[in-house]
Parts: sequence; structure tokens; C-alpha cells
Amino acid sequence: MTAHVTMAPGQSASATPALAHLVQEAEIDGLPPEDDVPLYAPRRNIYPQSVQGTFRRIKWAVLFITLGIYYLLPFVRWDRGPNAPSQAVLIDFPNRRFYFFFIEIWPQEVYYLTGLLILAAIVLFLMNAVAGRIWCGYLCPQTVWTDLFFAIERFVEGDRREHMQRDARKWTAGTYARKALKHFLWLMVAWWTGGAWVLYFADAPTLVKELWTGEAPPIAYIWIGILTVTTYSLAGHMREQVCLYMCPWPRIQAALTDEYALNVTYRYDRGEPRCSVKKGEQLRAQGMPAGDCIDCLQCVHVCPTGVDIRGGANLGCIQCGLCIDACDAIMHKLGRPTGLIAYDTDLNIKQRIEGKKPFYKPMRMRTALYAGIIAVVGGIMLYTLATRDSEGISVIHDRNPMYVRLSDGALRNGYTIRIVNKRLKQRDFIMSVDGLPATLIDFVGLPPRADGRQLITVGPDQTKEVRVVVTDYSATLPAPSTSILFRLIDIDTGEIAEMRDHFFGP
Amino acid sequence: MAEEHKEIDVVTGTATTGHEWDGLRELNTPLPRWWLWLFYITIIWSVGYWIVYPAWPLLSNATQGVFGYHTRSALNEDLDALKRQRGPMMDKLASASLAEIVADPQLLDFARAQGRVAFADNCAPCHGAGGGGAKGYPNLNDDEWLWGGKLSDIEQTIRYGARAGDNKGRAGSMPAFGRDKILKPNEISAVADFARSLSGLSTEPGADLGLGKKVYADNCAVCHGPDGKGNREMGAPNLTDKIWLYGFDKATIVQGIENGRGAVMPSWGGRLSEPTIKALTVYVHTFGGGEK
Repeated sequence: MTAHVTMAPGQSASATPALAHLVQEAEIDGLPPEDDVPLYAPRRNIYPQSVQGTFRRIKWAVLFITLGIYYLLPFVRWDRGPNAPSQAVLIDFPNRRFYFFFIEIWPQEVYYLTGLLILAAIVLFLMNAVAGRIWCGYLCPQTVWTDLFFAIERFVEGDRREHMQRDARKWTAGTYARKALKHFLWLMVAWWTGGAWVLYFADAPTLVKELWTGEAPPIAYIWIGILTVTTYSLAGHMREQVCLYMCPWPRIQAALTDEYALNVTYRYDRGEPRCSVKKGEQLRAQGMPAGDCIDCLQCVHVCPTGVDIRGGANLGCIQCGLCIDACDAIMHKLGRPTGLIAYDTDLNIKQRIEGKKPFYKPMRMRTALYAGIIAVVGGIMLYTLATRDSEGISVIHDRNPMYVRLSDGALRNGYTIRIVNKRLKQRDFIMSVDGLPATLIDFVGLPPRADGRQLITVGPDQTKEVRVVVTDYSATLPAPSTSILFRLIDIDTGEIAEMRDHFFGP
Repeated sequence: MAEEHKEIDVVTGTATTGHEWDGLRELNTPLPRWWLWLFYITIIWSVGYWIVYPAWPLLSNATQGVFGYHTRSALNEDLDALKRQRGPMMDKLASASLAEIVADPQLLDFARAQGRVAFADNCAPCHGAGGGGAKGYPNLNDDEWLWGGKLSDIEQTIRYGARAGDNKGRAGSMPAFGRDKILKPNEISAVADFARSLSGLSTEPGADLGLGKKVYADNCAVCHGPDGKGNREMGAPNLTDKIWLYGFDKATIVQGIENGRGAVMPSWGGRLSEPTIKALTVYVHTFGGGEK
């Protein structure tokens, strides 16, 4: 903000007169602000100009990759055999499974989602510590879809100048036709966006067919409708307003950036004092200081949020770098060195003013810590994922009665045991119970095998609930509550799952 | 509001409504226009509701609405859908014998699930949520059965009840030996001690077990058997085991001999459907005490 006030007060004040007025009012101690200060800033239409350059190319690449993944991923197939769907990424709500390529997540394993969310947060922090709001500028869905909608708008209504002029003139039938076409194309993209969304929740090719023939479940159409509306309104109409007024991230990121984080920076040490090309040449000829900035406003015209980056770091800047591309193009034409606007730090500007070398510190405590947390959380997730059991048991002791005394004085406890088979094939288990002196375990309704043991068969990717009664025939039990261990054994592979519970007595 | 009423409040500069109370004027700060429009839209929407759904009360009914929607019929549709969904298994349950139900794991699971709900609705008030029983209400989990623990025995008890006035029901109750002056107090005391001694419980010092044994043989053995093992035909409990329906302290036993016992279980045959009775039978049988 210091740079903003000292270097370019006029520019910033004219950019947001209402805000500047408010600031001015607030700075006058003790005096109440005048009553005519508007508390509502009317929206300015933003007509971002097209631009070419490195960052624009990066943005196109990110746009194609991310949207390509989003729109096409549901159609990727992954063979899991006959007992599971063959869609690579599928959230199967009716059957309560989430499939991601070779990973299958059960509802009780949703904690992986917690891990993913922690990772997402820390990765965001790391991005921010290294290069500011690159999430906002390149990866945020709001940015990506808005970028796509801008491209459509320019395709239909022309670039900034043409578009502005046509809007300012009296609207003709042609103007209306262009607007109608634009909104139609927007709605098509929005509709496709919603359509792709629902494909993640059902077999994609089948659902596409059903959607066309009108046989898809109503909820699919409802979700497509919802996402069509949100995409159309957020990316088509609300655009930068989302970043400026709705999104919490610009507020949070202020706490996560620091003096070493690379931000899109106007190098005022080089740019000021601003003057026209001709005046600059004259001044330089006389040996007077002249800045490289010729006040051509290209950086403002290409900005998707309508920010003047020369005012310094501010909330509206999503750090997409398009102003860098615009400025570099101008500098190139003028034969001046590029990089008047660049990913840099305020610290480096001060270094240069003092005649010292600029420095960059991507490796520092903050980034190392973030990277460390990412490695630890990611490592834990990978480890648990790789070593998780494909079978499991959960045990519920009968609530009522807690125990039963039999006619000969023996004690019996009843349990409900759910056996989980996460493999995609049918498996046979036997179960035993440890921890009591003389026990008989009986699975209600399961016929015994030749050796007297009862076999529990669980279908592929299924669970089975069995009622188990455990009877202890020893004369005396050591305590009113005895810890016992249920052990489940896969008779083919020998894999074991165990669960502790209690055996109660009087 | 007519133009001549428009006054501007001096302090705030806002127009007033023209209303004044003891010198206080009301500022005219209208609702935001978008809010107002939403409000109007909700009014229009409500008119649509009147047309589409049942809305206006009439003398004996209400306007029906063009959609023909009724909460009651909607509920019935939901219940019908549920019945259709359960239909195949329900048919299987209705046609299968008890032995077939127990032999088919899938059908057994279904019967137990049905039984669990029916038990909670009908049986749990007396027998407890898990069939744990209470004083006077048998524990259904253990291996002692007053009237028999085979599937067919349990089914019969559920269907016809016990001492509930049904001809096919379980009948036979313990007489009131004291109240009806059949036994004298000292005989009751002696036979109570004798009954405790049958299952190895302590007897009172100086108890006349000889008298008790004689009284038992003359009065009790008819139903409870000469060795006290009980008789399921009469619903006479086994007196030699560790399970006591009313309690095994002497006072409780004396009370039982004095006033008799004859708890009633209702007959459920007319109240519950056949599949439900089967499901309940299987459910109770699988508590753990069911006999083969």
C-alpha cells in the first residue's frame, strides 16, 4: 500500500473514486463521514482485451487440461471384473462405493477425504507461499470457466474495443443477435458442465443415452439444471464479482503470503516517473530520469478483474499474469527490456533502488514446513491405502439382555457381527473367540461343516450380518466383564481380522 | 402517496410517510425493490398452489387441486411400493415352513429382520427389547422353556397365547394353595424350603424338609414331576435348574404357593398376519435358546 500511495495516487483514486472517498473520510479523525457517501459501489463493466504471451499460453494449457479432465474423465473405462462397475472414476451412491481407478473406497473409509482436504489446503498454502495466488489465476474453476466464457464472448462480440463500441451505440438487431448467440453458447457450455457433473455418479455411456431418450432419473436432470444455472451465472454474469465479494480466499491469502512470495508486481523502480514515449526519449536525452511505463493502460485493459496492477498488491488481483504478457508485448515494441511487470517481490524492488542485487527465496521455513506436512500427510494416506485390510469385522454386543443364565448355570452372551469382504470375489471365513476358559460359539442359522465348524460365506464386495451366541461353560468367571477377541480367518488365504469386545456376567 | 404529503426530514434528509404521532414522524425507508418483487412473486406462486394442491376448506371437504395430490394417497403409494419391493420375499415367507425358513440363510435374514420389528411392536413391552424378560415374564434367550422351545412350540404359544381363554392355547396354572386353604402355613414354609433344596439352594435352619418332601409329593409332583423337573404340558417350570421366573428367595416362593401363579400371554393369532407370526417364531428361536 505504501507504493500505491507514494507512486500513483492519481491513478488509483480515479479507478475507484467511491472507495478513495471512503478512505479519505476515514482518515479524518473524529469527524463523521458525510451522509452522501454511497455505501454501494456500482459494478463497472469489464471488457478484457485478448492478449498473447507466455502466461496466456500457460492459462490456455491449464484450461484445456483441467476442462478436458473434467469433461472426459467419466468416459474413461477401468476393468474391475464382473462384480464391479468398469468406470474409472465413479461415485456410486446407491451402492455406497467410490471408485477411483484401482482404488475402491467404502463409506467407512471417508477419512481419506479428510486427508485429501488437508492436502488440498496445505498445497494451496504452499502455492501461495511460493508464487502468490496462482490457484486463483490459473486453477480455480471460477477463473477457468470465466476464461472460457470470455473467449466465447470475444469470439461472438469481438475484442475489447469493438465490443465496447457496439455496446455504447444504439443497439441494433445485429447487436441483439450477437448477444443472443453469446448467451446461447454460454448456456450450452454451462449445460455441458452440468451434464459432465452427473456422469460422475452413474455409468457415463448409459446415462448419456438415458439423458437423450428422457429415461434418466429426474435427479440427474435437476442437477444438470442446477449446475447449468450456477455455471451460467457465475462464469457468465458474476465473473470478477465472485472473486471480489464472494470468495473468502482473497481474504485468507493475505495472511498466508509474505515478503518473499512471488507476486505479480509492477516494478515502480523502473516504471516511474511515467511519461509518453516521446517525452521519455527527450528526458533520457537530457540525462533526466524517465520511467519505462508509458501509461498505455494495456495492463488494465487485459485484466479479467479490471485491476490496475500499478497500484500495488491488492485484493482484486488474481495473479494470472496476463498484464505481464500485455506489458512485455509493449516493451518489446518499444525496444525496452521486458519484465516491467513480473512475478517479483516488493523486497526486490527496494533492493534494486538501493543498488543491491535482487534475491529469490523459494526455500524457506514456511515452504519447507508446508512441503513437509504435504509429504507426511500424503505418506500416511499412501501407507494406509496400501496396507488396508480387505476384510473386517465389527461387533455389537446385545444391549438387552446383557447376559443370559442357562438352566445349568452357564452364561451366554449374544452379539451381532458384521463381516466385511472388500474383495471383488466371494470369500469363506471361519471365526473363533479367544479369552474365555471354556467357550462354545454358535452362528445362528449357519449349518456346520463336517469338522463341526460353521462357515461364513460373504459375497463379493459385500457385508454379511450374523448373530453369534457365545456360551461359557466354566464354573466361575474371573470378572463381571471379560475382554474377548473375535478372530475372523479367510480359509483360503489365511488373512485375519480381529475385533475386541466383552463377555458380561453377573 | 400524493406529492403534497412528501416531507423531507430535516435531520436525516429522508422523506417521511406524512404520519405524525406527538411530533414523531415516520421516515419513509421502503423495502429494497428486489425484495418487494420476490414478495410479489411468492404471492403469485401461492395462487398457483391453491390451484394445483388441495387448499381451501369447504363445508365438508376442501378444494381438491388439479394435480389430484393427497398426502394420504401419497403415503399409501409409498407403502404399496414398499410392499411390492418386499413382495417376493414376503410370499416366500408365507409359503415356506418354519424348518425351510431356518434352512435358507437369505430367508432367515429376512424373517429375523421382520421379526425384530414385530417383536419391538408387540412383545417387547413384557419380554423386554431383546427378549431378556422380567419377573413373571420369561426370558426368551435362555434354554428353559415353560411350554417348549422348538419352532413349532414357540409358534403355538405365540398364536394361541397362554391362559388367554383360547381353546388351543397353553393352559394350566398353579393353584393358590394358601388362599384356598389347601395347605397350612407351616406346610407352605416347609415345601418352599424343599423346593429351594431341589436346585441346591440353602434352606432355613430348622426347616422341616421331611414335611416339605411329603407336601411336595402330595400336592406339587402332579405338575412339577416327582423329581421336580417340571412338565411342559402344564407349563410347570423345572424346579431343579438355575432359572427362576419369579425369583428364588423364599419369600417369593412362599408367595407363589400361597396365591398361585398364572401369568397370561395374549393369543396373537387373530392380530398378527401369518408371515409375521412365522417371522416372530424364527426371531425368538434365534435369540440363542431355540431347541432343535
